[in-house]
Amino acid sequence: MTLPIAGGVDCDLHPAVPHLTSLLPYMNDYWRDQVTTRGMTDLISQSYPTNSPIASRPDWRPAQGKPGSRLADMQRQSLDRFGTATGICNPLYGVQMVFSEDMADAFCRALNDWLVKEWLDKDDRLCGSIVIPVQSIEKAVAEIERCAQDQRFVQVLMLVMGDMPLGKRHYWPIYAAAERLGLPIGIHAGSAYHNPPTSVGWGSYHIEDYVAQAQAFQTQLTSLIVEGVFARHPNLKMVMLESGFTWLPPFLWRLHKFWRGVRMETPWVDRAPLEIVRSNIRFSLQPVDAPPDGDTLNRLFDHMQSDELILFSTDYPHWQFDGDEVLPKGLSQDLVRKIMIDNPHATYGRLKVKETTP
Amino acid sequence: MNIQIRERPDAAASAGTKTAIADCDIHPARATKDELHPYLAKRWHSHLETFGVHPYQGMMEGPPYPKAQPNASRRDAYPPEGGPQGSSLSFMQKQHLDPNNVALGVLNPLNTGQGIRNQDLASAICAAINDWQIEKWTSKDSRLKGSVVVANEDGVSAAAEIRRRAGDTNFVQVLLLSRNVEPLGQRRYWPIYEAAQEAGLPIGVHAFGFGGNPITASGWPSYYIEEMVGHSQCQQTALASLVLEGVFERFPKLKMVMVEAGFGWAPSLAWRLDKVFARLHAEVPHLKRKPSEYIRDHIWWTTQPMEDPESRDHLFQTIEWIGWDKLLFATDYPHWDYDEPSRVLPAGVSDANRQAFYLDNAKQLYGVS
Repeated sequence: MTLPIAGGVDCDLHPAVPHLTSLLPYMNDYWRDQVTTRGMTDLISQSYPTNSPIASRPDWRPAQGKPGSRLADMQRQSLDRFGTATGICNPLYGVQMVFSEDMADAFCRALNDWLVKEWLDKDDRLCGSIVIPVQSIEKAVAEIERCAQDQRFVQVLMLVMGDMPLGKRHYWPIYAAAERLGLPIGIHAGSAYHNPPTSVGWGSYHIEDYVAQAQAFQTQLTSLIVEGVFARHPNLKMVMLESGFTWLPPFLWRLHKFWRGVRMETPWVDRAPLEIVRSNIRFSLQPVDAPPDGDTLNRLFDHMQSDELILFSTDYPHWQFDGDEVLPKGLSQDLVRKIMIDNPHATYGRLKVKETTP
Repeated sequence: MNIQIRERPDAAASAGTKTAIADCDIHPARATKDELHPYLAKRWHSHLETFGVHPYQGMMEGPPYPKAQPNASRRDAYPPEGGPQGSSLSFMQKQHLDPNNVALGVLNPLNTGQGIRNQDLASAICAAINDWQIEKWTSKDSRLKGSVVVANEDGVSAAAEIRRRAGDTNFVQVLLLSRNVEPLGQRRYWPIYEAAQEAGLPIGVHAFGFGGNPITASGWPSYYIEEMVGHSQCQQTALASLVLEGVFERFPKLKMVMVEAGFGWAPSLAWRLDKVFARLHAEVPHLKRKPSEYIRDHIWWTTQPMEDPESRDHLFQTIEWIGWDKLLFATDYPHWDYDEPSRVLPAGVSDANRQAFYLDNAKQLYGVS
C-alpha cells in the first residue's frame, strides 16, 4: 500500500446540502416563498442517487441523512484520517439541472453562502469552489466576482455535461473572469441532463451514466482545446474532477492525429493538444480507473509523459477505494509528494495566499 | 489535408513482393445518383427525387460538419472515368487492391438506408445496397466481401434482411453504425443480434451514423475535428451499452468489430467498466461476468486510424492489453485519413503478430480462407 503523506491537498471533497430547505436561510423572501409554496423537492441529481454504492463508502454512510452532510464526519473520516492540510469542497447539488436562470442564480448564491457559513467558517483547512448558474453567462460571471472576494474560494465549478460543449465562445466570459481572478475552472463529473447523458442517447442504467462520464470529459477536452480557449487564456488552468485519467493518452493520440490532419479548420490552436494539456489541464486522482497492480499504473503514468497532471483527491464520501488505500499501489515517494502537494499548489494559485494569511 | 506533394511510388511494380493483407474497411461509392435505381422499386425513385432520404440530421445534401475535403476522400482517388472516389472497381483494383496485395477486402458501404427516418425507405435502400454490392463489387472481384446493411432502427425488418442474406458467401458481416436513435445495447436492436448470431455473421459497428442525438453528451460541438475525434467517444458509450445491457449474455456467440473508432481506448474503458461494475453490479444482475471479459471474448477492432503515440512502446503495450489476436488491419480506402499498409506498424513486432495483425485475424474472424 502507498501511504499518504502529511500536508496534502485534497482536491475533491463533497459536502452535501442536507435538503433544499437547508438553503432557505440564504435566499431572499421571494425565493424562500417560491421554494415553500410550490412544494419544491430536493435537488438530487440522477448522477449520484443518495443510496447508490457510488455515492458513499459503506463505512462512511451516516445512520441518517446524506453522506457527506456533516462536517464532523468529513473531519474524522477524511481530513484527519489522511492528514489533509487543505481540502477543496466541490458541492454537487442539482442547481445545474434547473432550467430558469433566475432560479439557478438564487440557488447558486445560496449554495455558495451556505458553503462559507456551514463549512469554510468551521474548519480552516477547507476551501471552496464557486458553483455558478451556467444558465446565464452574465449571472455566472457576477457570481464569480462576488464570491472571489473571499480568498477561500479557490476555483470555479462546472459540470462536465451541460447545455453546450464547454469550449464554445458563449462560455468565454466565465473563463476570462476566472483567469483574471486567479481561479482554475474545475470541471466535475455529472450532468445537467439537458442532453442525453451519452453521445449515443439515453442508456438504461445508472452504471451506464457513471461510466459515460469519462467519454464526456474526453469530448469536453476536445472542445476546450480546438475552440482555442487556451490560446485566448493561456494562464487559465482547468481541473478535471472525478474524471478518471487512464483514457488520456489514447485520447490525445487520436486528437493529435486529427489535429495534424485538419488543423486548417482551427488555425488558432497554436500548440499541439498534448502541450496544451501539459500546461493547462489537470486531473484529480480518484477514481483511479486503472487495474490494481502497480506495474500497469506506472506504465500508464509513462504513457501520460508527465508527473504533473494528477492532483490528490479522496472524492469523499464517494466510494472509490477501501480502507486507507487512497493512493494506488506502486507510486514512488517522489510522485506521491508531487500528487499530494506540489501539483495542487502549482494549480491552485490561491492556496499560497491562504497559507500566508494568519 | 492530404494535398499530394510528391508522386506515390509505382506501387504496382512492387506488388508481387508484398505480403498479402486484409483490408477490413473499404468504402465503395455509387458512381451516379441513380446507380441504385435498378435495385429499388419504382415508387422510391420519385420519392427520393421529391423528398430526399430525410435523415436524422438537417442537411438535404451533404454532412452537417463539412468534411476536410470532397467526400472525405483522397484527392488522388478520383477514377479516371469520372464519379466520386471509391466508385470504380477497376480503379480501386489499380490504385489499392493490386499494389497493396489485398487478399481480403471488406466493403463497408456508407450513405445507405441507415440513419434515415422513413423505415420503409430505409429497408428498401439497404436491400438495394446489398444487391448492388454483389453485382458491382463482390461478384466481379473475389477478394472483396460485402457487409449486409440493414435498416438499423427497424429491428424486425433488419433481421429479415439478415436472414435473406444468411449463407450467401458474398457477405462476411452485418454492418451497423455507432450512432443510432438509442445506444446499441437497447432491446430495439436485439432482433438484429439474434439474426446475426443465427447466420454466423459478425456485426461490424462502424463509427458514424445519425440518430438525432448530439455528438457529445453536452450538446453539439462546432467543428469537423470534434465530430471525427468524437466518434471514438460515441463508440465507447455504444460498446458500454452493449456490454451493460447484457447483449453478450443473451447472444453468447455474437462477435462484433469496432470499425474506424480507434482501439487505444479499449483498455481504459474496460478497466473503468470493471471498477464501476464492482460497485454497482446489483443494478445489472443479468451480467454474469466482468465487463472486460465480454469485451475480450466478443470484440475485435479495426486499426485505422492507427493509434500513433510518440513512443512505439506505448503502442505495443496498448496492443498487448487488448490482444494481438483482436486487431484487424484496415485502410479506410478511399477516405482522406487512409492508413498506408507499409507504414502502420512500427518495427519490432514478431512475424507471427505481424501476420495476425495484417491478415490472419481477419481471415479467421470472417471465415475466409
